[in-house]
Amino acid sequence: MSAATAPAPAPAPARARGSKEKVWLVAWLFLLPSFLGFAIFTVGPVIAAAVISLLDWNLFSPPTFVWFENFGRLTGDPTFWASLRNTAIFTFTSVPLSILVSLLLALLLNRGVRWITGFRSLLLLPYATITVAVSFVWMWLYIPTDGLVNRVLGLVGIDGPAWLVSDVWAMPALVFMSVWKSFGFAMVILLAGMQGIPETLYEAARVDGASAWQRFRSITLPMLSPAMFFVVVTSIIGSFQVFDQALIMTNGGPGTSTTTLVMYIYRTGFENYNQGYAAAQSLVLFAFIALITAAQFLTQRRLVHYDQ
Amino acid sequence: MTSDVLTRPVATRAATTATPHRKPTAEVVKAKLFLFVCVLVTAFTLTPIVMMVLISFQSDAESMAATPSLWPTSWHPENYARLLDEVPFLRYLLNTFIFAGGTALLETITAALAAYAFARLEFRGRGIIFAVYLATLMIPTQVTLIPQFVMVARLQWIDTWWGMILPHAFTALGVFLLRQFFLGIPRELEEAARIDGANRWQTFTRIIVPLAVPAIATLLVFKFIQQWNNLLWPLVVSNTEATRTVAVGLQVFQDTNGTQWNLLLAAATITTVPLIILFFISQRWFVRGITMGGFGGR
Repeated sequence: MSAATAPAPAPAPARARGSKEKVWLVAWLFLLPSFLGFAIFTVGPVIAAAVISLLDWNLFSPPTFVWFENFGRLTGDPTFWASLRNTAIFTFTSVPLSILVSLLLALLLNRGVRWITGFRSLLLLPYATITVAVSFVWMWLYIPTDGLVNRVLGLVGIDGPAWLVSDVWAMPALVFMSVWKSFGFAMVILLAGMQGIPETLYEAARVDGASAWQRFRSITLPMLSPAMFFVVVTSIIGSFQVFDQALIMTNGGPGTSTTTLVMYIYRTGFENYNQGYAAAQSLVLFAFIALITAAQFLTQRRLVHYDQ
Repeated sequence: MTSDVLTRPVATRAATTATPHRKPTAEVVKAKLFLFVCVLVTAFTLTPIVMMVLISFQSDAESMAATPSLWPTSWHPENYARLLDEVPFLRYLLNTFIFAGGTALLETITAALAAYAFARLEFRGRGIIFAVYLATLMIPTQVTLIPQFVMVARLQWIDTWWGMILPHAFTALGVFLLRQFFLGIPRELEEAARIDGANRWQTFTRIIVPLAVPAIATLLVFKFIQQWNNLLWPLVVSNTEATRTVAVGLQVFQDTNGTQWNLLLAAATITTVPLIILFFISQRWFVRGITMGGFGGR
């Protein structure tokens, strides 16, 4: 903590101050509890993860340096590729679906009537449940032959698939459940965004004879784009870390059809006790999240309107 | 009376006032239709939660029948007593409360102190340290999972509250959010107090904290709910019932009780209801937490 011993720069703009307090000392006293915890439990582990990824280590025997062998091994590991593919499929289907659903609901609920708030909070309920617990219910809903989902599909003449035990339909089943679980998050943000759009814009458009669709296209959507951007970025980051529902509902199966990256990291580290390999996988997960996030920040310049 | 409320949706107010001779019945029909759509969507959304509760009251035979029935033909509240005889879910609830509450409290207190330093006090290295905090916002928790586990194992903290709580109580998110909020509080308020002889600690506890109650409550509630939901960390650190949380308890319970749906869903209900109650009590802070930016999208 060399910074603590350094002299503090003069406090910003002249301020009435009687005693000559040492601002830097006070500052460090305020900062210290958080800083120590943050250094030990967040920054330290991030650095350690990079080191561990270069080791062959099972926690019980002494580690040996294998340099980039773990990363080389990843490229030839079919389960890793499967989990990467599954995670990508999950993310790029559940996020657009979830945003579409929440946009439609936010449009529906963005009214000035008083009782609407009741519906808003009821629709937010799935987001405030425990993923593990609601995974049980969805397993029940997805019971192959006579489950509720398939019975409802039967009403409209569709012979529903075996869902969680089908290697084709297990992933869509997970996606649908996850959309149900998480759409409330995006809905709240989009609603807040819509409530921030000045009513005068719509009135002006109406005077000009713009249709509802035109008002949506040229007022709501552009004005909503910062909120939308935020929702897309955070949803993608969250979806890349999908774990709970996949562990409970399918345990990665059938085969590896729903094994996700985080599940594979968990298995490698805590079932096969290969900490080095698991750390390497977690860094690859981080790299993907960082790449996708960076790409989004680059494209936002064209797509997001921040002007008022 | 009610139709008056129903026919005043903000979005069409201008149109309504512009055409005062429009037939009111059309408006009423539209409002009824709107209400109908709302009810339908909500019913559809809540079906899984309602079914969870209903099935938990069914008899063993009924809940395991090849064709599951929806409404219980007979009600069996004793399912809950059976469940609690078999698995100490109340203990798990208490554990989860300690885990989530401890993490949320520790994070909120330390984050508030640090945020005050970042927002109001000048010291060398402030910009760099804050930048490091910010940089870790993007790192997924799985990256730190393995090293944190190694550390906790080395410290012999497996199955202890230290091991459960400490590693997740110092994230950058809380510091970041509270700093943003503190920056929005006018400096003049503090300066008046400083002239009156208040020291930094006094201005922090008597001016900043009371004014920042909304942000602090938001962080507390959101962190609590997030950790209540946390499965991965307790799964690797908690091995016995001493620290087992509901999420892990449910996962273990599923392994041993396969398709005994009534008990499985009774367990799901018992662990979900406290969270739903908390959600309704703290909804204001919860929603604010989402819109204030940054509270995960899972």
